[in-house]
Amino acid sequence: MSEATMSEQADLERRRGQEERLGKVWATPKSWRYWSAVNNTEVGVWYTATSFFFFLFAGALALVMRSQLAVPENDLVSAGLYNQLFTLHGTMMMFLFAVPIFEAVAIVVLPQMLAARDLPFPRLSAFGYWCFLIGGVFVAGSIFFNAAPDGGWFMYPPLTTDPELSGIGADIWLLGLSFIEVASIAAAVELIVGVLKCRPPGMRINLIPLYCWYILIVAGMILFAFPPLIAGDILFELERMFDWPFFDPARGGDPVLWQHLFWIFGHPEVYIVFLPSIALLAMIVPTFSQRPIIGYGWIVLAAVGTGFLSFGLWAHHMYTIGMPAISLGFFSAASEAVAIPTGVQIFVFVATMLAGKVIFAIPMLFATGALAIFVFGGLTGVMVALAPFDWQVHDSYFVVAHLHYTLIGGMFFPLMAGIYYFYPFMTGRLLSVRLGKWAFWLMFAGFNIAFLPMHFTGLRGMPRRVFTYPADLGFDVLNLVSTVGAFVMAAGVLVVTFDLIRPLAKKLKAAHNPWNAGTLEWAPLDPGNPWGIRSVPVITSRYPLWEQEGLARQIAEGRFYLPDAKEMKRETLITTVLDAEPVQVLRLPGPSFLPMIAAIFVGGSFIAATFHWWISAALSGVVGIGVIMAWLWTGTAMIPEKASKDAGLDAELPLYKSGPQSVGWWAMFITMVGDGTAFASLVFAYYFYWTIQPDFPPPDATGPGLTYPLLAAAVAFGAWLCMVRARAVNRGGSERRAAQLMATSVLLALASAALLLYAPWTTGLVPTRDVYDATVWVLVLWSAIHLVVGVLMQGYCIARSLAGKLTARHDIDLQNVVLYWHFAAITAIVTVMVIALFPLVA
Amino acid sequence: MFWREKANLWTLITPPTVWALHFLFCYVVAAIACAKFGRAADLDGTRIVIAVATVAAAGLIVVAAVTARHHWSIGSELPPYDEPTSQDRERFLGVSTFLVSCLSFVGVIFVAMPALFISDCR
Repeated sequence: MSEATMSEQADLERRRGQEERLGKVWATPKSWRYWSAVNNTEVGVWYTATSFFFFLFAGALALVMRSQLAVPENDLVSAGLYNQLFTLHGTMMMFLFAVPIFEAVAIVVLPQMLAARDLPFPRLSAFGYWCFLIGGVFVAGSIFFNAAPDGGWFMYPPLTTDPELSGIGADIWLLGLSFIEVASIAAAVELIVGVLKCRPPGMRINLIPLYCWYILIVAGMILFAFPPLIAGDILFELERMFDWPFFDPARGGDPVLWQHLFWIFGHPEVYIVFLPSIALLAMIVPTFSQRPIIGYGWIVLAAVGTGFLSFGLWAHHMYTIGMPAISLGFFSAASEAVAIPTGVQIFVFVATMLAGKVIFAIPMLFATGALAIFVFGGLTGVMVALAPFDWQVHDSYFVVAHLHYTLIGGMFFPLMAGIYYFYPFMTGRLLSVRLGKWAFWLMFAGFNIAFLPMHFTGLRGMPRRVFTYPADLGFDVLNLVSTVGAFVMAAGVLVVTFDLIRPLAKKLKAAHNPWNAGTLEWAPLDPGNPWGIRSVPVITSRYPLWEQEGLARQIAEGRFYLPDAKEMKRETLITTVLDAEPVQVLRLPGPSFLPMIAAIFVGGSFIAATFHWWISAALSGVVGIGVIMAWLWTGTAMIPEKASKDAGLDAELPLYKSGPQSVGWWAMFITMVGDGTAFASLVFAYYFYWTIQPDFPPPDATGPGLTYPLLAAAVAFGAWLCMVRARAVNRGGSERRAAQLMATSVLLALASAALLLYAPWTTGLVPTRDVYDATVWVLVLWSAIHLVVGVLMQGYCIARSLAGKLTARHDIDLQNVVLYWHFAAITAIVTVMVIALFPLVA
Repeated sequence: MFWREKANLWTLITPPTVWALHFLFCYVVAAIACAKFGRAADLDGTRIVIAVATVAAAGLIVVAAVTARHHWSIGSELPPYDEPTSQDRERFLGVSTFLVSCLSFVGVIFVAMPALFISDCR
């Protein structure tokens, strides 16, 4: 044997060994343990399938509605059931399909696009999925018990705050969806840290795939959009369960506050579902135009611009509530301005298509269909953004037509394109071209037949959300046509569903990179391997597979970073934010049932609260927290057996980083930004009441005084100071002294929480008396709960320290908890400033 | 905050953040004025406040745009800035921030316009 063949043989042996180890480490658990998987390839697929199932369910509800409306004075369903149908249809399409499926697709695709083995918090993704599944089944299943929410997907009070009128449905909506929102925020944390810290070396910020830009922006939007709704849900539930009068005008409340909080969430939400779908087009259009996108920087402008501007639109859903003209003007202006960045991305896609040679494969068919429908919806959007026009069509079928054109054109069709595009990447098989064409034309034609006439139905005056209409008002034919269209579209959906679920063996095998795409998710030569990417490559281009010759082969040969799993641990590479220089090898946790069990108990707590089973709710919640603690204890901030390891390509990288350099710190920071937004929404509620009432606090209000709140703030400050000191002392090596400081902080925090609650108690504020009392109570409760959660974290750190898992060098837990305490202390101090000091200046 | 030697993600989102603060400020000031002084009240004082805020916001965005143009170092090379170098990263962030600044500037002017034309709270 020649020397060359011998070294080739040795190389082959070496690679085989590496692959065997990687395969073992990343293996998917077998049989019933399969459900303990946390890897993105499993969780992402479950997530996608579940949200697609909810889409089919919500679509079926729409078909029942269309059948009811097919002819005038129909009696297929009762008025009450019809109310449940449209409420659940809107709710499910938004909360159980549009948002989750974006997160689902991102969880599947993002790590591969970034050549990461997984996102940084796999168990968090799994927890998010199980929360979503439990909450989703709870909300969707309610209709089988005639108990579904029936007050519209926006749940306007005072209709829905009256338990007599709305039954248990409103509670199911509020608690079920609050629970699901937790999952959304968890996914946002995962995706932001993923895009910023888990990129392959060399993938500088000017080289990241456009999809990642969109995901980054959208995940950021979630942090500012969802918390106001969570805050609103809290106020809402407090009114329904305990009669705190936030939305009751007789006691100083105002239903309009709910509308503000709902739409501060609700309008960005439209863009939260639209941008990730457009992101799919930003991947598909260049691939099928066989050229790089024209105007990469313009897309970044569009994503960032839309992300921000979309927050200035919320009140355009409230044009008819009687706001001053100047306020209408501000929202109208912002609504028109958002058309600029939205239009920019359409032009970028069209320009790219014109400059390249377009191949009209099925994904591209859906992509162009999407653009056509979306442009139409965008134009009617510019119309309804004008307040005087909106007054004419408000709550009519014109708006139904408009919103379906934007959402189906801007979200559903791009998603379909994405499903066809990424199917071979997920399964190694191709979906049928013939069925794809059928599906597209049925859906495209059906959609337009269903929704185009609705513009006219609306202009003729048919209001939304009516279960029937008299004959001869000019609605009859239009409605019948819409119903026919809806069923044609449903036939298209059925064709896709059939194609998706028919056995894989009957589908054509896909070649490697079947669409000849340029981005990294298509690099793996065999998608069946469990490890995601064989080795983490060095990137020098926006379209590495097009421009870096032989890259896929070199990756598969393990020529780059992390080609092995010598210590038999799951690992991925962490890089810097701007330039993607490798800085750490991150150990990832493996399969575990703990996230699922935690979701079951936390979900159980929410579900029990819906039925006012308080003891079960409390018990379930406590067990849930216990499980989360166990999960953290056994799976996070593990101290590695050595300080650093050889990551390949002669790079020796650390295995442990804490503070702002660790991914966990960023996750905490991002979560607390969301938490801070929810708190800001509660403070907004206080000032909202102050604005609309002549006197706030009202003259007969008795509390909460100055002494106790100020004392509480001072003590909370002390607790924070102890924590900051504990961090420094621990770093200095005095671990024992740090534990003592934390224990002192526990006492101070509990004292502060008690003082906060004692203040309105002792001055006699009764939350059911007036909205002022209720608002003060909700603020002090929020702060006190944050202090108590802080105490739990401190207890955890003390225990870790005593167990030797928190040391001077290995202090991730303490760093993160101190970060939490920055926010908790600010929350307590701001609360005191609002409730105790502001009345003095007001 | 508005002048940095190197571009980063914070400089990228500075202009739209200014837009957001300006938008919120205009809305809140007008809403409070209308709620506290009644629907018939004129908005003269409020409009002056909004004008001042608009000039300030537009000014800050212009500073951000000038900074971005500096990072962009326009003239020497045209987009797409897709080389794996620090220079191209800087140029890319510069040009993107410049574009975002332009949009934010237009956005601020858009939002200020109702205050130009509407003189009371009706």
